[in-house]
Formats: sequence, structure tokens, C-alpha cells
Amino acid sequence: MQLRKWLVEPEFRIERDPEKCIQCGVCVRQCANDVHEYDEEEEVVYSDSTNCVSCHRCATLCPTDAISIRPFPLEFRPNAVWTASTLRNLYKQADIGGVLLTGMGNDQDQPMYWDRMLLNASQVTNPSIDPLREPMELLTYIGRKPDSVQFERIAGQPRMTTQLEPQLQLQVPVMFAAMSYGSISYNASVALAQAAQQVGTFANTGEGGLHKDLREYADHMIVQVASGRFGVDSDYLNTGAAVEIKIGQGAKPGIGGHLPGEKVDAAISATRMIPEGTDALSPAPHHDIYSIEDLRQLIYAIKEAVCYSKPILVKIAAVHNVSAIASGCVRAGADVLVIDGYRGGTGAAPTMVRNNVGIPIEFALAAVDSRLREEGIRHQASLIASGGIRCSADVAKAIALGADAVNIGTAALVAMGCHLCQKCYTGKCNWGIATQDPYLTKRLNPNIATRRLVSLLESWALEIKELMGGMGINAVESLRGNREHLRGLGLTNRELQILGIKAAGE
Amino acid sequence: MKRIKINEQHCIGCRLCEIHCLVQHSKSKKIIKAFREERESIVPGIHVEESGYVSFALQCRHCEDAPCIEACMTGAMYRDPETEAVICDQDRCVGCWMCVMVCPVAAIRRGPEDQVASKCDLCMEAEIPVCVVNCPNEALVYEDDAVR
Amino acid sequence: MNTPSCGGPPGKSMNRRDRGKDIGGCAISGIMAENGELFSGELVMRSIANMRERANGLGGGYAAYGIYPQHKDHYALHVMYESGQDQQTTEQIIQQNCLIHEAEPIPTHPLHVIKQRPLLHRYFVTVKPEQLERYYDLSEDDIMANIVMTINTDVSGGFVFSSGKNMGIFKGVGYPEDIGQFFRVDEYDAYIWIAHGRYPTNTTGWWGGAHPFGLLEWSVVHNGEISSYGINRRYLANFGYYCTLQTDTEVIAYIFDLLLRKHDLPLEVACMAMAPPFWAEIERMAPEQRELARTIRTVYGGALLNGPFSVVVGHSTGMIGFNDRIKLRPMVAARHEDRLYIASEEAAITEICPKPDVTWHAQGGVPIVGKLKNGAEDSAVAQVAG
Repeated sequence: MQLRKWLVEPEFRIERDPEKCIQCGVCVRQCANDVHEYDEEEEVVYSDSTNCVSCHRCATLCPTDAISIRPFPLEFRPNAVWTASTLRNLYKQADIGGVLLTGMGNDQDQPMYWDRMLLNASQVTNPSIDPLREPMELLTYIGRKPDSVQFERIAGQPRMTTQLEPQLQLQVPVMFAAMSYGSISYNASVALAQAAQQVGTFANTGEGGLHKDLREYADHMIVQVASGRFGVDSDYLNTGAAVEIKIGQGAKPGIGGHLPGEKVDAAISATRMIPEGTDALSPAPHHDIYSIEDLRQLIYAIKEAVCYSKPILVKIAAVHNVSAIASGCVRAGADVLVIDGYRGGTGAAPTMVRNNVGIPIEFALAAVDSRLREEGIRHQASLIASGGIRCSADVAKAIALGADAVNIGTAALVAMGCHLCQKCYTGKCNWGIATQDPYLTKRLNPNIATRRLVSLLESWALEIKELMGGMGINAVESLRGNREHLRGLGLTNRELQILGIKAAGE
Repeated sequence: MKRIKINEQHCIGCRLCEIHCLVQHSKSKKIIKAFREERESIVPGIHVEESGYVSFALQCRHCEDAPCIEACMTGAMYRDPETEAVICDQDRCVGCWMCVMVCPVAAIRRGPEDQVASKCDLCMEAEIPVCVVNCPNEALVYEDDAVR
Repeated sequence: MNTPSCGGPPGKSMNRRDRGKDIGGCAISGIMAENGELFSGELVMRSIANMRERANGLGGGYAAYGIYPQHKDHYALHVMYESGQDQQTTEQIIQQNCLIHEAEPIPTHPLHVIKQRPLLHRYFVTVKPEQLERYYDLSEDDIMANIVMTINTDVSGGFVFSSGKNMGIFKGVGYPEDIGQFFRVDEYDAYIWIAHGRYPTNTTGWWGGAHPFGLLEWSVVHNGEISSYGINRRYLANFGYYCTLQTDTEVIAYIFDLLLRKHDLPLEVACMAMAPPFWAEIERMAPEQRELARTIRTVYGGALLNGPFSVVVGHSTGMIGFNDRIKLRPMVAARHEDRLYIASEEAAITEICPKPDVTWHAQGGVPIVGKLKNGAEDSAVAQVAG
């Protein structure tokens, strides 16, 4: 039935400026969705907007800027309840059935709490510090810390007896979030690994295993163990700088990863240790973790496997009672706790789950940090905030709320060229990031992508230093958990209380 | 000498190199005007070869021992003493196509007008060849031989 | 006996804890006789008075060590009350937990410039044996600290402002020389005197907010504003310290108590935790020192005091002066014979010691340490007894 054709209008309209178009055909060659077509008879390029995802690949490469892409001008009859996206979803489901899928993070118009918190600066009573002229320190160690340092006195001379447990050293308190080889292309994986190494931070394999050619970057890679255990063996665990147990992910708490068989080519099959062409379906839970004591067993099984030489991270999605869960994870032996808020990205998630499950990272982070401090165990694990960190100010605010560092996924992909068309799950990423099609993956030159990622992290580092200097702080540990430097804007008393900050003007 | 190096693993087949080569060798050097008025009269000195997802942009290699110079009967094909680039003097070219016949990489093409040979001149008027500047994926790199 | 954790600002009257963070500039001066010789407070009063323009009349105070030799094994609790009712409530708490060996009003000298003074009492106490038994996992110091914190958080009009042995803090709203006269500090003899003149930018007229701040044997005077206050406070909460005063000084005192008394760190290491070297400097250190510095910074990040400060800390066996790590506040030190002088300005030292043997400016992050010489404490006590 051809219902779809006349029920769902295109989402976007491509406008080609005939004054500017030179019929060069670059757009035709760049679109994996076959939106543009060159008519040889008429020597004209035509565009069919129906399949356009507004990824801007054609418009970006058009040498004459002849292409504009706008939301399709035919609007649905205005209705505050039955919005355009709701109607579209209904039409789509009625037509093709099944679960609505989407990619990237939650794009709904829910409040951004980062934007409702403001940072402080020094005036008169203490001086701000100029990062261009004076040292400004961002160095951060991630891992379990003892509550105190012990000394023995030999002939009156003190000698330190404490030896720190394994730590990860970050030059910038920003790491790359877990993104698996499979969900993203090999070139994208290489770029993340190279950039992490150059900047002195860490990339994360996600649940896709570690490609053998990426092992040279392993000292800057965190290797992940997820419920599907793809690519996990003793060698894998011992190769990475740290091991992360993924319990959940902000974009789809309670759901496992899903890589369709079409994406599982020879290299991915070898890396994930599964047959070529088979679906890589991670179970929703770890089937050996049905409760907290099971997590403890897995943490210690991995610690045994790596001879206690690496920190173990546990990544959980920010859900309602996140602080109690976090406390349990720390007591179960996690050295680092990664909390992924509901705005976290993904290669594929059911739309309803992505948009409706979980809580904002701002609240989760504040609640967890406060809870761990109340219990006197905050030093036992580092805290990583993840999911919707967009800029250096978000990083500074996250650290002030209590994070040791943050993870960025979407921001890193955008640095590599991603335009957030949210069609990662189709495997037709025109920017060569979320695809395994060799015609498309070539589009991401890993050297360019690395350079851009390094540039991003370095500029964020400069900006964080500027913000810290303004506050009169010259070491990041004095910003960490320092909520005195945050004030809320337009927040309710209850929200301020959960965030543990005062209102602007207080 | 400085040559254009081809990194075929990064070539995405967009053909922006061809487009900008054409513009650079037009009279106006303005992209829209060049395409409107001179599209038929210029053959770019660079050409993207494609097979499946493998592609690369081929242009004159400016061989050290260039057969085209040997084969040219009018002396139109010569080596620029300054840049060491192999150049075709269009005023002297008679369109015999011997150069096209002997070129080992098929980088010389017939020009549509005047029947003179068209080939890469390394953009003598630009500091860096425009195909290199405009390659969006750094599949073309302009570098010294020594670097190789 | 509960030690509630640091929450939001507790709702308290007496115009004190519901204010924002206390910020401002100040004058500080400290004198120590390392041989334990006792000397009158008159000297330190003259020194601090010489820096009158660094204060604005909204706070002055003194800490003196060695002033109660007859009660040297008893905690000397100096308490201020808003009303007789507060006194009753507070004394109930003290009686429940302590044996009171002596109790009296703190002697004062009426002075018309000193206004709105609270009731001022002192108690010489020890923790009841049955309480020691009940809290067998805590030391007497821990129990005493908990009692002080309980009074200061639970009694709205009662505040313990000094709780050490053989030492006392005298402070209030006014210029330091007036406060000195009021408390008759020239009549006490001590081997360490620390003084403070306050210049707050807000106008909180609360006596408890004046400096020095004290807990057990620790007393702290401080000049500056600590930009890391928010995390220092929360870091301390991790260890059960309940910060109620919104002052940097309180935080500094607790950190000293935590690092030196509870964690038993060597003094230099504790100072390193509070004002650590830069990572770039640490990289250049010899391996063993580097490992130490790296470990201390990694573990004690929450104790790092960031922002401008100069601070003088007194305790029963010594006096420590030190600056923030990039030296954003003034601090001068001098030695003359057995005496160590530390002050915000050199003039405050030359006023009372015109020709010191040596004078120097404190370096950022490097502590100036005065220590009682061996046996000096005993001799200090002996002097009075004799």
C-alpha cells in the first residue's frame, strides 16, 4: 500500500539556487540517501527531498553554496498536544510497524540545567589569576584514593608507607565516551584513540572490542566489558589502560546495545569475536549480574584477571535512585563511577526509551556526589559525568558540582563532522562516522579528525583555565565539588536543594 | 621538486579538485561564470578515476625523465626551469597527440578547443595548486620529493 | 553527641550562620617564645594596634598558650551566650558530658567602645569517665570536639569559642586593641600570642565571627579569601567536621586538626597538602620526594587551600605561619634570640622588636615553623608554679 507517500510529507526541503548551481554534481556524489540526481538529458541536477535527513553533507561540500535545507514548509495544523513529531511517529508506525528507532541523544525541549547554573568570578576581595601568565593546573588522577596517607617514623624521620592504587592520569579532565567499533567506523575509532594519546586523556572501546591495529594506542584506551562480552578475552582486559563494566547507558537505560548483522563485516567480526554478518545483540542485563553482590564478583574477577594493575570503572545510566545505586557500586569495589545522563548519545535506541527514560546528569551527579560524601566514601571512587556535555562551561560546571572529569561523545563526533541528523542506525552516515560502508568511511580522514579532536580538547582546556582563573583558582581540585562557585538561575527551591547550590543573588 | 601526492585511501570521489582546476584555468577565475561560459572549452588537468569505492585524482606526475617532452615535435612540451614542472606551451602545440600516446599514466588529455593538449601545470599562478587547497579530505597533498 | 554532616546553612538566630560566606581582609600578628618563657599580652596588643588601618573595628581577638597552668590538664571552654536561657541549655550539655572543675565569668574591663557584648563564661572541664567508656572508639579529644560541635550547632544562642588545654581565645566585635583591653589580655602571660584585626566586607556584628577561630588546641588567624572554600568544607564533611560559621578560618582550623591530629601527617606534609607545589615542580623533584608530593596532591586535593591567604596557626607546642602557594597576601617573619615573630607587616614587628636578628618574607607555600624547645613546656609551667 502506498499510504506513506501521501500521508507523510518530507521533513526537509532542499532549495537549490539556480543562479548559483553549476551542475557540477558534487551533491549527487555525496548523498548516500540518493536525494540528488543528475539528469544527463537535461544536464540539470534534481533533488527529491523525501529522503533528505538534513545532514548538510551536500550543502557543506557544494562549491557555490547553492544548496539550502529547511524544515519542510508545509506545517501540520497547529496543535499544542498533537505536535508534528507526534503525528509523524504515528503515521510512520501505522505504515511500517515496529519500534521507532533513532540515533544520537534526546533532542526534546526539556530544561537544560547546565544553562540554569552560573559560575563565579573574583572581584576586589581576592584576585583573579591570569592563566596566560601564571600556572593553571588541570591535571587529574582518576581512581580509588585512600582516606589518608600513612607515615612511619624511623629515627624521628617520617617515611611515607602509603602506595596509591592504580590511577589514570588526565591532562585535561575530559575523556571520550564509550563508542564501539561497529557503531562508528574504524577511521573514527582511530581518530579518537590518536587524539586521546596526543592530549593525554582516554578513549573508550565501547562494547565493540579493540581492533588489533588500535592496540598501539591501548595505554590511552579504556576497554569495556558489556553484557554481550563482545571482544573480551584476557588479552583484551590486560591491554587497556583500564577496564569499564558497562551496566547501562543514558540514552537507553535498561537496554543492551544492538549492532545489526549488515554492519558486521570481516574486521568487525574478528574484533567482536562473532561470526560475520550476525547480529551483535547485547542482553539487557548482564546475565551474571542480577544484584549488587554479583557486580562485586565481576569487579573482583576482572581485578584478578588484570592482577589489580588497572582501575575498574563501572558505568551506569542516571535513573531515579541513582545515588543509592552509585553508593552500592562504590562499595562493590568500583574505582571509578561513570554516570550517564538521559541526554547521552547512542548509535541506535528506541525513540520512546531515549526520550522518556532516565534523569538529567546534573541532578544525578549532584545527588551521587552528595550521597557519597554523606557516607564518607567519596574518595573511594572517582566520578565521571557523561551525557550531554556540550562545551567547556558545562565541563567546569560538572566539575564544580562534583565530577572528577567528564566524558564527551556527541561533542567529539561533532568535532569530527557529525551534523546530528540522528540517522546513525541506518548505517548511511554521510560523514563517514557511523557507518561501515567503505565508500562512506573513506570520507573521514583519521588524521584530520584527530587534529580536530585535539584542537577541541585543547581549546576547552584553555577555556576551563580562563574560567578557573576568573574564580581565583589555579588547580582543578579546588573547583571539584566546589558548589560555592555555582548559583542557580530560575530554579525551584527543591531543584536548588538537590543540586546543592544557592540561587543567584544569595 | 614539489609534487602533488595522491592518498587514494582518503579520496572520496567528490571531484571538487576537477571543478576548482577548471575554475583556476578559466579566464574569469570565478566559479559560476567559468562554468557558465567556459565549461565546454576547458579540460581540467586533473581527473578522478573511480572503480567501486576506490577512487583517486590523477594528474601529471611531472616525471624526471618525461617521455612527453621527448615526443613533442614542436617543443611545446618543456620543463619549467624554475619549478621543474612539465608545461605545455599552448601557442606552440599543434595537437599531434604524441604526448597523449607516450604518457605512462595517461595524465595528458585532449583539449576541446584549439586541439591543444591539456595537462596539470601545478597552478603556476597559485602558491599551492587549487586541487590540493580544495580537497576536503586531504587526499591530495603538495609536498617536496624529499618528504616521500 | 551527633556530628551531623555539612548540609546547607542551618537556620540559626543570633545573626550569624544564615549569612553568606564571610569575606574580607585583615591584620595578623603572632609572637612565640620558643624557650617557653611566658610574657604579657601587652606586647602583641601593641603589635596588632600598629596595623589598625588593616582592620575596621568589626572584629579583634587573641589566642594565648600557657595561660592556665593551674588547669593544664583541663579543657578550658570559653563560651558566649545571648541569654541566661542559652547559658542553662549549654551548661546542661556540658554537665551531661563533662566534669566541671571550675566555672566562672571571664574577667573583663568595662570599655564604652565595646558594645552589645554577650555573656562570657569559662569552664575548666574533663570528659566524664562514663562517656569515655561509652565512646570507647573515640579519644577524649574526639569526644570533646563533638561536644563543642553539638553546642555550636544545637544551641542557637550559645557558642564555644575556645576549647583547648592551657590556652584561651579572647575575641569580640571592636578594634583589636580595644578587645584586648576589654578582656584584660595584658594581665595574662603566655609563650605564644596570636592576634587578629578584622576587616570584613559584610557587617556581621557577631562576636563569635571574630578571629582567632579555635578548636581544641588549635587556633587560627587568617587574612584572605579562600576560593576553594566550597570544596574544603565538603571535604571536611566527609570526615564528620560540621562547618557552621561560613568562615575560611574555621575551615583552616579543621583541616589542621584533620591532617595533624587525625591523620597524623608530619607538619611539613600537612602544609604541602594545603599549599602544594605545582605539578611541573613535582616533575622536577627527586624520585622519593616526587612520589610523596604526587601522592599527597592526589589524596588531599580537597584540603588544598586555593586563593589568597596568609595564616598563623597556634597549637600547644608551636606556631606555624604560611602563605598560599603563589603568595597573594603579605607575611613577614623575624627572629630575635628565642622569639619568633610573624605579622602581616614588618612595622608590626619592629614596633615591639626594633632590631631583630633576622627578618624575611614568607615564601608561597613554605611554612614558617616555631617549635617549643625540648622541655620548654614544662619549664613554662614551672615558672608560674615557682
